[in-house]
Amino acid sequence: MGRYVVRRLIQMVPVFVGATLLIFLMVNVMGDPVAGLCGERRCDPATAARLEQEFGLDEPVWRQYLTYMGNVFTGDFGTAFNGQEVTELMATAFPVTIRLTLIAILFEVVVGIALGVVTGLRRGRPVDTGVLLFTLVVVSVPTFVTGLLLQLLLGVEWGWIRPSVSSGAPFDELILPGLVLASVSLAYVTRLTRTSIAENRRSDYVRTAVAKGLPHRRVVVRHLLRNSLIPVVTFIGADIGFLMGGAIVTERIFNIHGVGYQLYQGILRQNTQTVVGFVTVLVLVFLVANLVVDLLYAVLDPRIRYA
Amino acid sequence: MRGATHARRAVCAVAAVLAAAACEAEASGGGDAGAVLSASWGDPQNPLEPANTNEVQGGKVLDMVFRGLKRYDPVTGEAKDMLAERIETSDSRNFTVTVKDGWTFSNGEKVTARSFVDAWNYGASLRNNQRNAYFFGYIKGYDQVHPEEGEQTADTLSGLKVTGERTFTVELAQKFSTFPDTLGYNAFAPLPRAFFDDHDAWVRKPVGNGPYLVDSYTRGSQMSLRTWNDYPGPDKARNGGVDLKVYTDANTAYTDLMAGNLDLADDIPAAQLKNVRSDLGDRYLNTPAGILQTLAFPYYDDAWNKPGSEKVRTGLSMAIDRKQITDTIFQRTRTPATDWTSPVLGEDGGYRAGLCGDACAYRPDEAKRLIREGGGLPGGKVTITFNADTGSHREWVNAVCNSINNALDDEHACTADPVGTFADFRGRITDRKMTGLFRAGWQMDYPLIQNFLQPLYYTGASSNDGMWSNERFDGLVDRANQETDDAKAVGLFQQAEEVVRDDMAAIPLWYQNGSAGWSERLSDVRLNPFSVPVYDQIKVG
Amino acid sequence: MPEQHYEPEPALAGAAAGGAVDLDVVEARTPERRPQGPDGSGPRGKPRSLWSDAWRDLRRNPVFLVSALVILFLVLISLWPSAITSGSPLTCDLSKAQEGSRAGHPFGFDGQGCDVYTRTVYGARTSVAVGVLATLGVAVLGSVLGALAGFLGGAWDSVLSRVTDVFFAIPVVLGGLVLLSVVTSDTVWPVIGFIVLLGWPQISRIARSAVITARQNDYVQAARALGASRSRLVLRHIAPNAVAPVIVVATIALGTYIALEATLSYLGVGLKPPSVSWGIDISAASPYIRNAPHALLWPSGALAVTVLAFIMLGDAVRDALDPKLR
Repeated sequence: MGRYVVRRLIQMVPVFVGATLLIFLMVNVMGDPVAGLCGERRCDPATAARLEQEFGLDEPVWRQYLTYMGNVFTGDFGTAFNGQEVTELMATAFPVTIRLTLIAILFEVVVGIALGVVTGLRRGRPVDTGVLLFTLVVVSVPTFVTGLLLQLLLGVEWGWIRPSVSSGAPFDELILPGLVLASVSLAYVTRLTRTSIAENRRSDYVRTAVAKGLPHRRVVVRHLLRNSLIPVVTFIGADIGFLMGGAIVTERIFNIHGVGYQLYQGILRQNTQTVVGFVTVLVLVFLVANLVVDLLYAVLDPRIRYA
Repeated sequence: MRGATHARRAVCAVAAVLAAAACEAEASGGGDAGAVLSASWGDPQNPLEPANTNEVQGGKVLDMVFRGLKRYDPVTGEAKDMLAERIETSDSRNFTVTVKDGWTFSNGEKVTARSFVDAWNYGASLRNNQRNAYFFGYIKGYDQVHPEEGEQTADTLSGLKVTGERTFTVELAQKFSTFPDTLGYNAFAPLPRAFFDDHDAWVRKPVGNGPYLVDSYTRGSQMSLRTWNDYPGPDKARNGGVDLKVYTDANTAYTDLMAGNLDLADDIPAAQLKNVRSDLGDRYLNTPAGILQTLAFPYYDDAWNKPGSEKVRTGLSMAIDRKQITDTIFQRTRTPATDWTSPVLGEDGGYRAGLCGDACAYRPDEAKRLIREGGGLPGGKVTITFNADTGSHREWVNAVCNSINNALDDEHACTADPVGTFADFRGRITDRKMTGLFRAGWQMDYPLIQNFLQPLYYTGASSNDGMWSNERFDGLVDRANQETDDAKAVGLFQQAEEVVRDDMAAIPLWYQNGSAGWSERLSDVRLNPFSVPVYDQIKVG
Repeated sequence: MPEQHYEPEPALAGAAAGGAVDLDVVEARTPERRPQGPDGSGPRGKPRSLWSDAWRDLRRNPVFLVSALVILFLVLISLWPSAITSGSPLTCDLSKAQEGSRAGHPFGFDGQGCDVYTRTVYGARTSVAVGVLATLGVAVLGSVLGALAGFLGGAWDSVLSRVTDVFFAIPVVLGGLVLLSVVTSDTVWPVIGFIVLLGWPQISRIARSAVITARQNDYVQAARALGASRSRLVLRHIAPNAVAPVIVVATIALGTYIALEATLSYLGVGLKPPSVSWGIDISAASPYIRNAPHALLWPSGALAVTVLAFIMLGDAVRDALDPKLR
C-alpha cells in the first residue's frame, strides 16, 4: 500500500508537466492577448511591444514555458494583466471555491446517496418515479436557469437569503450556490447509487447477510451500500475538479469571486499566467482526488488490494 | 454600513422622547451627509493609474478620487474650469495654464503646476506602458518620449514647461483650438509625489485630490471610498462615502438592488428593462450618454472598396429597422442614430439630428434597389462580426441581421459571426482579417465633435478600424482643428461628417443611453454624459 | 501471467474478506446461463447468448417500447422537420417578439420574434445529433479505454489513467476557445468531436472502476481458471456486469452535452449562426425568464423529454443485461 502510494505520487510529475505544458500551449495558440488591452482601438505599436516584453510574450514559447515553470518552483506565479499577483488572486479565490465545493460535495454525498438508496430499494415504486422526474428536471434545465429562478424566488420574492454572496463568502451564504452547483452531479450520484444498489441487492453476500438474520439497516449500510459505492465514489472523485474549476455559471449568478470566475476571466483575456497558475493547482487537486478514490476502492471492496 | 444605519435608527428611536424633532429634521432635510451608499462596480481591467484607465469601471473611481484642470458638467457636458484658474492662448498652439490656489491632495501635498507636468510626462512616456499615452500625442515632443518603434530618446515632453509654482506652458505639435476642452479627461489628472516615490503602495491605495478618499481596496471584490472632509473644491460630496462592490454580472447587481442589498446599480441589463418600472417605479433613470454604436466595413477588402459599393453600404443601412430594434431589444434605452455624433454634444457642440437623412431610415425597397445597383452584396451575403464575451452584443446583431434579411427577402443574406474573445476580435481587426461588417462602438473620451470623427475616420487614426480613407475628410478635419472660432470649427467638422455620410463610411446604429436604478434610501441620482453616476451629488436617507 | 503486474491487486477474498462472499452460491451464479429462458420459450439445447436474451426481454418491456417510440419520433422529425411545420425557423419578425401563443403559432414567439414551435422542431436535428453522437462517441471511447485500463492493470492502467488525468485538466471554456475557434466548418461535427475529446475521461473513469469491481467477481475468476480467453472474459463475463454505471452516466450526460453545445455556441465557438438548436434557444431565452417563460419552456421541455427517453431506454437496457434480475 505504501509503495503503491509512492508510485502514484511519482507518476504525478509527468502528468503535472504534461498538463501545464498543454494548457500553456493552448493559451498561447489563442493569439495575441495585447490586442485586447487597449479598448476599442489599436494599441500603438510601441506600447504593444512594451507590453509584450513586460509579460514575456516576445520570447519563444518553449522559453516562456521554462521561465514560467522555473518561477513556479520558487513560488512566483507571475502577475495578471491588472497588475495583481497571481498568488494573491489564488489566495482570495481558492478558499471561497473550496468552501463552495465542500458544500456541493456534501449535498451530493448526503442527498444524492440517500435518494439513490431509497430509489434503489424501491425500484418501480412511486418514490422511484418521483425521484426520476426530479432528476430529469435537474438535468434538463440548465444550471443558469435553476440558479436564476432560485435566486429570484428565495432572494427577492421571499427574502430568505441574500441573492448574492458577500466578498467574505461565509459558509451559510454559500448553501444555495452550493446546491445549484451540485444539482446536475446530484442527479448522477442518485442514478448511479440507485443502479448499483438495485444490482447488488440480489447479490449473494446480501442474501447471505439477510439469511444470517442481520438487521435490515445493517445489511443495507454495511453490506449493500458499501459495495455499491465504488462507481459513486469514482464519480465524486472526478467531480471535485469539475466543481472547483467549472463553477463559472454558478459563481457568476451569485457573484462569487472564486476559481471558476478567475479562470474564466483569465481565459477570455488570454492571461497565460493566471490560467496556467490556476490550472496547475487544479491538476494537483485532480491527482490527489484520484489517488484517494483509488485507495477508497480497497476500503469499500475488501477484495481489491493494492500491491 | 447597513449595520450603521440600523444603529442610527435605534438611537433615534431611543432618543425619540427627548429629541424626536432633531431626528426627523435630519431625515427630511435632504439626507444624511454621513451615510454611505453601496454601488455596483466592475473589476477594472488595468491598474488604476489615470493615464492607464481606458474603460468606464476604472473611470468611475478616477472620477471620484481626482479633479483635473477641467471638469465636464454632469448635466450639460460642457467643459468647465475646475483646477484651472485660466488657460490662455493666442495661436491655438501655445497654451499657458494657471492652476488655482488652495488645492491639495488628500495627503496634504499642494497641487502645483508640477503635479500636472510630472503626471503628463509619466503618462506619455513609453517606459510606463500607459494605455492612454496617445492622449498626450498632440503635445510637442511626444515622438521622442513615445516613438512608434524603438527606444525613446527623451524622458519628458519638450512641449511642457513649468514656469512658476502655479503656471506651466503647453506647446502643441500643431494647432488644436479645442485642446483645453479635452483636459477634463482622466488621463490629464494631476498626481502627487507619492505616486512616483512609492508606486506600488499608491496603486494599492490611490491618493488623489478629489472629493473622496480611498479607504480600503480589496482588488476584485470591493473598494470603499469615504468623503474627504477637507476637500477644497466646490463639489463636496453630499454623502458619507461609497462602497463600490464588484459584480461580474449586471443581472446579479440588479437582483441585489431589488432585494435591498445594493443602493445603486448602473447598467441595468437589457432583459430586465421591461420590468424596471414595476420593480423600481420612479427610482430609475435613462439618460443619453456619449456612446454611439456603428457597423464598420473592411476597406482593405476590395469587395467593399470598389466603385458603387457605397450604394451597397447605404442600402444595408436602409435595411436596418433601427426604431423597432431599439424599441424591442433595448426598450428605448437606445435611440436610433441619425448622425455620427451624439445628442450629448448639443446643437452648439456639433450634434445635428437628421444629418444622415434617408440613409439612416428604414426603407426596405430603396435598400433592395441600392444594393442591386451597387452590384449586390459581396458573395451574395454579409456577416456581422462581434465578440461574444463582453457587452451582450449577440441579441442586437441577430436582430440587425433579421432586419436585413426581411428587408432583402432573403433568409441567408446576413448572418451573425461571433468571435470568442475581445482580444481575438481586436486581433482580427488589427491584422485586417475582417471580411464583412463588424461591430464598432465608440464611447467618447470628451464631449467634442472632434472626438467622434477624428479617431474613427481620419486616415490611419487609432480607432479607424475599417481603414477608411478620404482626402476631403482629412482636409476638413485639419482645417477644423486649426480654426480658432468654435462655431466655425464645429461647422467644418459637420462638413467632414457629411463626407462620412455620402460614402457611408460606417453605418450608425443608435445612441446609447446610460441607465441606473437605485434603492429607496437614495435621492438626486444622476448620470453624467459618460454614463457614470455623479456620486458626489447623491443624497442618502 | 499479467495478473502479477496488476496494480490494484485483486485478491480473492473468501474467508479473509469477512465472510461477505459465499463461494457455494457464487458457483451457480455465472452469467452463462442454461438454455431455458425465464419463460421457457427459448429453443432448448442451443445456448442463447446474453445479448439475444436481452433483446427478447426488451421487446416486451413497455418502458423500452415507449422510450424507443419517443426516440424514433425525434429521429423522424430530425430528418424531416418540414413534415410537421410549415414555416422556416429563420423567419423572424421583431414586432412579434415575446408574444404568447396564438392561432398558427401554438408556442408563441421568442425574443427575436421567431416562431418557437418551428424553432423547437428544427432544433431537434442539431440537438439530437449532438446529444446522441457525442454520447455514443464518449461512451465507446471512454469505455474501451477505461475497460482496458481496468482489465489490463499494471503499466497499461498507469499510462491510460494518467493520460485521462491530463485531459481532465483542460478547462472546457479554454478547450472550446482554442480548438473550436480555428474551425470554420458550419456542421455539427467539430462540436461533437470536441465533446468526445473532452468527455471521454469521465466515462473512462467510471468504466475502469466498474471493470475493476467486476473483474474480481468469483465467476470471472472461475472462468479464468477454466481457461477462458481474455476477449471472452471481457465480453462475456466482465462487460455485462460493468456496463450499468456506464449506461447511467452516459444517458444523463446526453442531456448535459446538449446543454454544453449551448454553452459553446454562447461563447461564440459552437455552432455557427444561423444554426438552430434547443441549446441556443434555451440560452437566448433564459435572461427573459420573467417576461417570456414560454420561449424557455418549450425547448427545455423538448430537451427534458429527450433526456427522459434516453434515461428510460438506458434503464431498460441495463435491466435486460442484468442476469441477476432473471
